[in-house]
Amino acid sequence: MKRVLWIVTVVALAALPLVVSALNQPYYLELARRVLIFAIAAVSLDLILGYGGMVSFGHAAYLGIGGYAVGILAFYGVSNGWLQLAVAIGGSALVAAAIGAVSIRTSGVYFIMITLAFTQMLYYLGISLEEFGGDDGMRLKTRSDFGFLDLASPVQFYYFALVLLLAAIYFTQRLVHSRFGTVIRAARSNEARTRAIGFSPYPYRLLAFTIAGAMGGLAGALLVNHTAYLTPDFMHWTRSGEIMFMVILGGMGTAAGPLAGAAALLVLEDVLSSWTQHWQLILGPLLVLSVIFFKRGLSGIFSRDA
Amino acid sequence: MLEVRGLTKSFGALRASDGIDFEVREGETHAVIGPNGAGKTTFIGQLAGTLRPDAGRIVFAGEDVTALAAPRRARMGLARSFQITSVYREFTALQNVAIAVQACAGHAFRFWRRAFADASLLAPAQAILEEVGLAGRTHVLAANLSHGEQRQLEVAMALATRPRLLLLDEPMAGMGAEESQRMIAFLASLKQRHAIVLVEHDMDAVFRLADRISVLVYGRVIATDSPQNIRANEEVRRAYLGEEA
Repeated sequence: MKRVLWIVTVVALAALPLVVSALNQPYYLELARRVLIFAIAAVSLDLILGYGGMVSFGHAAYLGIGGYAVGILAFYGVSNGWLQLAVAIGGSALVAAAIGAVSIRTSGVYFIMITLAFTQMLYYLGISLEEFGGDDGMRLKTRSDFGFLDLASPVQFYYFALVLLLAAIYFTQRLVHSRFGTVIRAARSNEARTRAIGFSPYPYRLLAFTIAGAMGGLAGALLVNHTAYLTPDFMHWTRSGEIMFMVILGGMGTAAGPLAGAAALLVLEDVLSSWTQHWQLILGPLLVLSVIFFKRGLSGIFSRDA
Repeated sequence: MLEVRGLTKSFGALRASDGIDFEVREGETHAVIGPNGAGKTTFIGQLAGTLRPDAGRIVFAGEDVTALAAPRRARMGLARSFQITSVYREFTALQNVAIAVQACAGHAFRFWRRAFADASLLAPAQAILEEVGLAGRTHVLAANLSHGEQRQLEVAMALATRPRLLLLDEPMAGMGAEESQRMIAFLASLKQRHAIVLVEHDMDAVFRLADRISVLVYGRVIATDSPQNIRANEEVRRAYLGEEA
């Protein structure tokens, strides 16, 4: 059942550019690409939030670092996409390791506040970078150059994002079911018991946090290519909230949840905002209702097992 | 194999452990009894490493472990079960034990192969479940096990870490009479292979299992002796056993 749903989803996503071009509605391809990119960010947050029980309220930080890595390199004329991706991912991993090293020593509301505070620091750092547009941000000088791949082509960019998203989901699923991921999940389930059998959760959590940050950086590198514009708003705390909401809406600790959540949130936002400028008045109650009625998220509608 | 000297722990004005001297010999089952609030769980917590003593020393297997955190002590072979059931509720019984098996297989920085498809984890876990009498319940979520079964799982997880010393904090808590009898029989079979510190209110269990008994009252050990002598000890009778003995 689950496998069938996955196949249908992947086929539908793969066929989307054909449908969109047949209908001559290129805008929807852009929307879909945005969904895929945010789904990568949501997948990475789900690794620590859903599977690891770490309520990071600062995941937008890595979107920002990934975005700035690409933007600044392009600004200085380094347009090699692979190099940019490496810097975006590596930089995000380093920052995540630093933030994680401090914040994972705390828990509960303190953890939420510390991750939020670090992200706000980065947000204000972005504002203070006058060379790169400060508050206003700056246009991305050139899109990342991936050789055979041309991101200026909406279809190629779409498939690139799709492949990276599917890879991120597969990688994350391998990870959470491995011995490493089992410790992460066990520590979320019952920390006292996990310590009592001999696992100190800290290094495992820190590594998971770092991996999640790295994946967030990948999403950021894609996002800046998508918007072709770099601003500190990538790191605004409401962005962190949106990503978190995607995960919760889609279903925490599930393979498909982050994608379902990203799609639902962004498509709803798009549809509602085309109807009325007070769309948030409608979106808010809808989200509240969905959380109340789908306790295990949208993906929980289709699957019963954990 | 375990030696405790002058263990002291206060919570505010309350002296939960007041200069406790305690010892477990190789292969011995040493029971700790005492009235409610005597400091038994505090004592176990300090042995396991979840509570830091204010003063005193704990030497385990020839090494001073007083400053070591709980996970380090667990890896050295000190396993505990909790008074209030503490299992992974959203994992199956088999997975619960497999996680504990994994803990004694060294670090878990392995990122690719499925842990719960790994025979080197599942086979020992299965064997331990059979040993504690949960063979028919391997694929049931821990949350859906009965209270007694969860208590058995609790002990199974402690065993899965291949401990040298088991710290059992009221393994019979909340069990029915029949379940208790089965647990006592099982613990009796463990006695041959493990040293055990047994905290228990069930006097029947204590007198059947213990080689020695220490009586803890208001954070102090007022007597340590064989079960027969403890039964005959006047001070113990007054302080604790009273109507039960």
